[in-house]
Amino acid sequence: MPTSTTLDKLSLKQHAEIVAIDWAAISDSEGRRLRALGIDEGIAVEKLHKGMFGLNDPIALKVGRMMIAVRKSHAQAISVTLTPATIAA
Amino acid sequence: MTQSAPLIALAGNPNSGKSALFNALTGARQKIANYPGVTVERKSGHFAFADGRPAELVDLPGSYSLDPTSPDEEVTRNVITGLQQGERKPDAIIIVLDAANLDNHLRFALEVIALGQPVVVALNMMDLAERDGLTLDPAKLSEALGVPVVPTVAVRRRGLEELSAALENRLLQKDSAPRPVVSKTRDHGLRKQAKLIANQVIISETAGRRWSERADSLFLHPFAGPLILFAILFVMFQAVFAWSEAPIGLIESASEWVAGTVESNMAPGFLRDFIIEGAIAGVGSVVVFLPQILILFLFILLLEASGYMTRAAFIMDRMMASVGLSGRSFIPLLSSFACAIPGIMATRSISDPGDRLTTILVAPLMTCSARLPVYAIIIGAFIPPTVVGPGIGLQGLVLFGLYVFGIVGAMIVALVLRSTVTKGPNSGFLMEMPKYQLPRMKDVLIGLWQRAWIFMRRAGTIIFAATVVLWLLLTFPKVPEDSGMSQVDYSVAGRIANVITPAVEPIGFNRDIALALIPAMAAREVAVAALATTYAIDAPDEEAEAKSLTERLQSRWSLPTALAFLAWFVFAPQCISTIAVTKRETNGWRWPIFMLAYLFALAYVAAGITYWSAVALGL
Repeated sequence: MPTSTTLDKLSLKQHAEIVAIDWAAISDSEGRRLRALGIDEGIAVEKLHKGMFGLNDPIALKVGRMMIAVRKSHAQAISVTLTPATIAA
Repeated sequence: MTQSAPLIALAGNPNSGKSALFNALTGARQKIANYPGVTVERKSGHFAFADGRPAELVDLPGSYSLDPTSPDEEVTRNVITGLQQGERKPDAIIIVLDAANLDNHLRFALEVIALGQPVVVALNMMDLAERDGLTLDPAKLSEALGVPVVPTVAVRRRGLEELSAALENRLLQKDSAPRPVVSKTRDHGLRKQAKLIANQVIISETAGRRWSERADSLFLHPFAGPLILFAILFVMFQAVFAWSEAPIGLIESASEWVAGTVESNMAPGFLRDFIIEGAIAGVGSVVVFLPQILILFLFILLLEASGYMTRAAFIMDRMMASVGLSGRSFIPLLSSFACAIPGIMATRSISDPGDRLTTILVAPLMTCSARLPVYAIIIGAFIPPTVVGPGIGLQGLVLFGLYVFGIVGAMIVALVLRSTVTKGPNSGFLMEMPKYQLPRMKDVLIGLWQRAWIFMRRAGTIIFAATVVLWLLLTFPKVPEDSGMSQVDYSVAGRIANVITPAVEPIGFNRDIALALIPAMAAREVAVAALATTYAIDAPDEEAEAKSLTERLQSRWSLPTALAFLAWFVFAPQCISTIAVTKRETNGWRWPIFMLAYLFALAYVAAGITYWSAVALGL
C-alpha cells in the first residue's frame, strides 16, 4: 500500500500527515487562508466526508479540533503520508 | 473635564462565540452601520463597568488572521491597528477564544497580543470544552500569553463580571501593564507557538461525547445529506408562504382601514389623495414584505446558529462551482425564490467579494413570489388548460418553464459575469464547519430584529420615496373634466408611455403594456392592477376584476404578445425594493444601475426573441 499520496485521494476515515503543499498551485491569499485555518506542512489530518453523491469534491477534513471544507483543486496540491489512526481525540 | 467612554474592541476567530459574548455584554440595544466605503457591518453597543462607568463595545468581524484574506478581516486588522477610517483606535481589546479549539484560535490571539495593546482574553465556551472532555488551566494560559485570561460561558452569562473587572484593571494600569511575552513571528512560527501553548494549557483530554461528528455522518452523508437538505428547504418554503398569508392579510386590511379612516375624515383634495394613494399605499407596499422576510430570516438564522448552514453549503458547493460560484451562494439564491430582498441581504455570509456581488446580481432572476400574480393572469388568459401528459397540464408546464427559464438565465449570467465584470481569483471554498449547537433564542431574535430594522429603515425610505414619485407621475397633470381622456393617459406617466411605445413595439408590446410597465416599476404585481386600470375595469372585487381582465386581454392581445410579456417578466428588474437593497448592500449606485441595465437588456432581447419566434411559428 502506497503511504504517500495527495489529500484528494485519501479514503474516508484515513489519517494522514501533510508533508508538502504545492504553494505555486494555490493563489497567495488562498495559501494564507489555508494556513490561517490550520492547514500546513507537518499537520495531522483525517478525511471525514465527501461531497454530494460521493463526488470527491469538496471534502471535509478534521484538522485539530476543527472540521474544514476544502475543494478538490486545493486538495490535489497537498501531499500527505498515511499515518495509523492513533489520534483518539 | 469630559472624556469619551473607552472603546473596547471584541476580536476573535469566527465560531468563537464572539457575537454571543457581544450580545451578553451589550444586550439588545445595538447599533449597526457600515464601515465607510465597504460593505462590512460595524456592530456596536454600550456596557457599563461595575462602578457604572460606560464603555463602547465594537464587535469586529471574525478573523483567522491579521494578514487579511477578505474585506471582513481587513476591517478587523485596520481597527485593531488604528488605521480604520472613521474609527478611533480601541483602548483595549477582548480576544475571544473557543476553549475547545485552542490550538487553532491561539494563532490569531498571538498575532493580536504581539501588537502590544491592552488585551484581555475571554476563554469562551468553557462548558462545551468540558463536555468535549477537555480540562484547561486558564492560569497557565495567562502566564504563557502574558495577558489576563477570564473563563466565560457567554450564553449563560458566566464570567462576565470577571471579564469586566479584568478589563477595567487593564485600562487603569495601561502604562504599567506587563509586556506580553509573545514575540512577533509569522505563519509557521505562530502555529507552532500556538500548538505549544495549547499543549501546556490542556491538563487532560479524554474522548468526550462526539455527537456532533455522529450527526455529520447523517447530515453530510453523500445520499441522505442532500435528501435531508431538500426536506428542510421544503418545510422552509412551505412556512414562508403558509405562515405569511395571515399576517399579510392583516397588514393589507390594516392599511385599508387606515386609508378608509383618512378618507372619511378628510376633505377631498390633493392632500387626501396624497396621504391615501401615495403615503399609506407606499408604506403598505413596504410593510407587506415583512412577514415573508421575517419567516425566511428566522429559518436562515436558525440554520446559521445551529451550524447546519455550512453543511448545506458543503453539499451544494459542487453544483454552484460549475457556474463559478460557491456553496455559500446557495441559500441566498434559494431565498430569492420567495423574494429577492432577503436573498440579497443573506449574501452577507459570503466572504468572497466577487462571489457575493455575482450572487446579488443574479438573485433577481430567481422567480420570486411577486411574479406569480402576473404569470397567473397571463397564463390563465392565453394558455389553454389542455392536458399534455398524465397529470401534467399545459398551464402548469408553462409556469414551470418560466421558473426553469429564470434559473438557466441566472446560471448563464453568473458564468458570464464571473469571467468579465466580477472576474477575480476564485475563493476556492475554504470553510470551517463548526460543531452543531442548539441556537439560543435570544441571539436569534436579536438577529431577526436587526434584519427587520435594516430592511424597514434603509430599503423602506427608498421604496417609500419611489412609490410617492410614481404616484405623482400618474396623478399629474390633472385631466380636464371634458376631455374624455382617462387620468392615466393624460398624466406624465401616460406621456412617458407614448415615448416608450415605439421602443417596445418591435418586441410585440402595445401602448397599454408600455403604460402598465411604468407603475409596475414599484413592484411586478402592480402590472396586473395597472392593466385593469388601463382597461378601465370597474369590478367589485379582485376575482371579478381578474375575470373581466382576462376577457379584455384575450380580445386585445395576440398570443405572441402575451408570451413576450411573460418572457419580459422573467428578466425585467421591476422591483424598486430590490434595487434599493442592492444599492445598500453594494454601497453605491454603480451595481444597482448595472443590474437595471443588464436585466432590462435581457428582458428586451428575451421578449423580442419570444415574440418573433411565436409569430414565425404562426401562433
